[in-house]
Amino acid sequence: MADTHAHSVAFARKTQIPPSPPPASETGVIKWLRQNLFATPANSALTLVAIWAIYSILAGTVPWLLNGVWSTASLSECRDALQGEVGACFSVLSERWNQLLYGFKYPSDQYWRPNLAFLLLFFAAAPVLFFDLPRKLLIFTGLYPFIAFWLIWGGSILVPIVALLGFVAGFVVFDRYGKQSFATGFFGAIVAAFVIWTLGGIVIPDTASENAMLSQVPSRDLGGFMLNLMLGVTCVSLSLPLGIVLALGRQSDMPLIKGICVIFIEFIRGVPLITLLFVASVMLAYFFPPDSTVDLFLRVVIMITMFSSAYIAEVIRGGLAALPRGQYEAADSLGLDYPQAMRLIILPQALKISIPGIVNVAVGLFKDTTLVSVISMFDLVGMIRGPILASTEWNGVYWELFSFAAMLFFIVCYGISKYSQWLERRLATDHR
Amino acid sequence: MSTVTDPEQASFRLSMLLNDTRYRSLTFQAIAAILLALAFWYLGNNLIQNLRAAGLNISFQFFGEPSGYDINQRLIEYDSQSTHGRAAIVGILNTLLVAFLACLTATVFGVFAGVLRLSNNWLVRKLMSVYVEIFRNIPVLIWIIIIFTIMTAVLPAPRAFRGDEPEATMLFGAIAFTNRGIYIPAPVWGPGSIVVVLTFVASVVGVIAYRRYATKMLYAEGKLLPMAWPSLAIFFLPSVIMYFLLGRPIGLDYPELGGFNFRGGLQIGAPLIALWFALSIYTGAFIAENVRAGIQAISKGQTEAASALGLRPGRVMNLVILPQALRVIIPPLISQYLNITKNSSLAIAVGYADITATLGGITLNQTGRAIECVLLLMLFYLTISLLISAGMNVYNNSMKLKER
Repeated sequence: MADTHAHSVAFARKTQIPPSPPPASETGVIKWLRQNLFATPANSALTLVAIWAIYSILAGTVPWLLNGVWSTASLSECRDALQGEVGACFSVLSERWNQLLYGFKYPSDQYWRPNLAFLLLFFAAAPVLFFDLPRKLLIFTGLYPFIAFWLIWGGSILVPIVALLGFVAGFVVFDRYGKQSFATGFFGAIVAAFVIWTLGGIVIPDTASENAMLSQVPSRDLGGFMLNLMLGVTCVSLSLPLGIVLALGRQSDMPLIKGICVIFIEFIRGVPLITLLFVASVMLAYFFPPDSTVDLFLRVVIMITMFSSAYIAEVIRGGLAALPRGQYEAADSLGLDYPQAMRLIILPQALKISIPGIVNVAVGLFKDTTLVSVISMFDLVGMIRGPILASTEWNGVYWELFSFAAMLFFIVCYGISKYSQWLERRLATDHR
Repeated sequence: MSTVTDPEQASFRLSMLLNDTRYRSLTFQAIAAILLALAFWYLGNNLIQNLRAAGLNISFQFFGEPSGYDINQRLIEYDSQSTHGRAAIVGILNTLLVAFLACLTATVFGVFAGVLRLSNNWLVRKLMSVYVEIFRNIPVLIWIIIIFTIMTAVLPAPRAFRGDEPEATMLFGAIAFTNRGIYIPAPVWGPGSIVVVLTFVASVVGVIAYRRYATKMLYAEGKLLPMAWPSLAIFFLPSVIMYFLLGRPIGLDYPELGGFNFRGGLQIGAPLIALWFALSIYTGAFIAENVRAGIQAISKGQTEAASALGLRPGRVMNLVILPQALRVIIPPLISQYLNITKNSSLAIAVGYADITATLGGITLNQTGRAIECVLLLMLFYLTISLLISAGMNVYNNSMKLKER
């Protein structure tokens, strides 16, 4: 037993050793670097390539940006000011700022009107975009199109008021009779609205727009980024109801209705927007009554609205198809008729599913509004390529102008897509 | 005994048209048909009156008349004496050319960026998401114009290549980047070159056949045939051997500076490059998102299950992940191809002679036949779209999950 003695001596510690810190290569920044940038040799090579790419991009742009000149009157003065150094000639932005935003014909003493309309747009859009805001604010959203129309185009205030009255009359009639029978309410509303508009057209004198509170601005004087925004906002909001109708029509059991909707949607989605704009600029005039003059802005709005409504209809159709059949059957078993079932059960859910898709269409449409420059409307791109680059002072200032245009579009589109992601998270109820 | 009597057959009343579900849909369709006919009648009537007022008629005779304008970038013979119809064909071919090229490169950019967005490397991941966000959120028209500006305003003029110490030199002595376009060597097809080309086609078929055979062996008998090296050998060897056997029938015609411009070689005009590159990087950003979504859609369990079966990482990717991911990726990929084809109509902004610029641009302006030109233009794009979506439907049906 003697040799077992050595084993019986107490060797274990009474206290625990404090944990030693992890090795330096496994903590903090170094660990992060090792895991995320230099995990394997291939990964390290990739990192080096990426660093080189970032460096060469920054080396090219940063001095150009920092040396920028903001206050000269022409490109040659810019070159004098820079004295051969690399630098941007941002003076074109400061000198042509108003042209870039409002086009070159909008009366300069009236710039406050589009500015105000732009500011009010946020208030009008807020209750639509954020559901937590009080629902009462939607009243202002309903009024906004008429206010914005009056602000931007000016002329007699009676025109938007009569238009608004028509809608109000339609709504009142629908509210009164729509509960008993949807069809009565719906068609009654349309009739009421048309009666008001016709009466209004008789009552408003032709000379009402002269000496109006806000001087009248013809549509061809609109331009710049304002035109892009106006086309985008107008066409998206008009195409949403049209898209819903088309999507429902495509799901319909009635072969004729379904056929019309399918042909319309597939035709519009099969051709590029630019051909539709050609239709607006050279062809559509043939289809209006002989002595009517419909201005180009309205024709373009009609075509872009048709274009985006076809795309929105497809998105909403996806939402309708994603709803479980049980929802349709539940609505039927409750004894709801078709308009009630759609309004109360199907569409609220289907629209919720299709919101991200609709936002994508809206972003795409907003980018596509630049195409109107091809049919010689002076939107932002049209202004840059037309009057600004053609002027003797600024002939040759490409980068400053195009990066400015790119930046404006990026801010708006990126903002919208971030909003869409937020909304998707917000609406993810996950108990479908 | 009680007898069940049928309910009294109600006689038909007018209100049943609206209230009885048996007749209601017919009523609505009749109303729709009448409204549609009225709309067509109204529009058609306006059209006829307007045309009469303008002294015009609908006629396609202008297609046989000489066009009187030149097209720089063309795939078939064409000069200003050719007809408007031939100009339209040149335009169609140009549209298809740029759409095809852009589809190829957009796929490459998209797959590259999409895979790198899932990389373990933080910097590369961020860089790729910056690429995707920047290109997706700026209109493609602006990109086309920016790249066109780079091509025409930044690249040197051909005379910069002149002299003993030129300001600009050709890449590898073969490719010249000038503001009039990019000049690359053109192949010269000598006698016997057809044999080489045919051999090459045959070896491509051979590679496909070999790979099918290998897959079949793998599934049927569990035999693993080597893939990479035999494929490469079948792909290259026969053509190369045939090329040298026949005494190098295919030569290259290098562009050379002569006079004020480059002669020889193949000129790719600045508009084509601008359109091609802009469409590729713009659509590539969208494809990158599709690819990323497709790969992420495959649950991690699939990878783990495949590894648990003892498959090596390469085979996990090839046999388990990719076939499933492709099912998710390809439908949106094809609709991106459709978008490229439609966006190629923006060629008109930089003066590339595609169908929109010839038929819908110069021909329309010269002949004043707006209705005919625009209708034919739409018909062309509609045909292409319908063909592509028909192809997509065939693919979707063949790839549908076959549930048992």
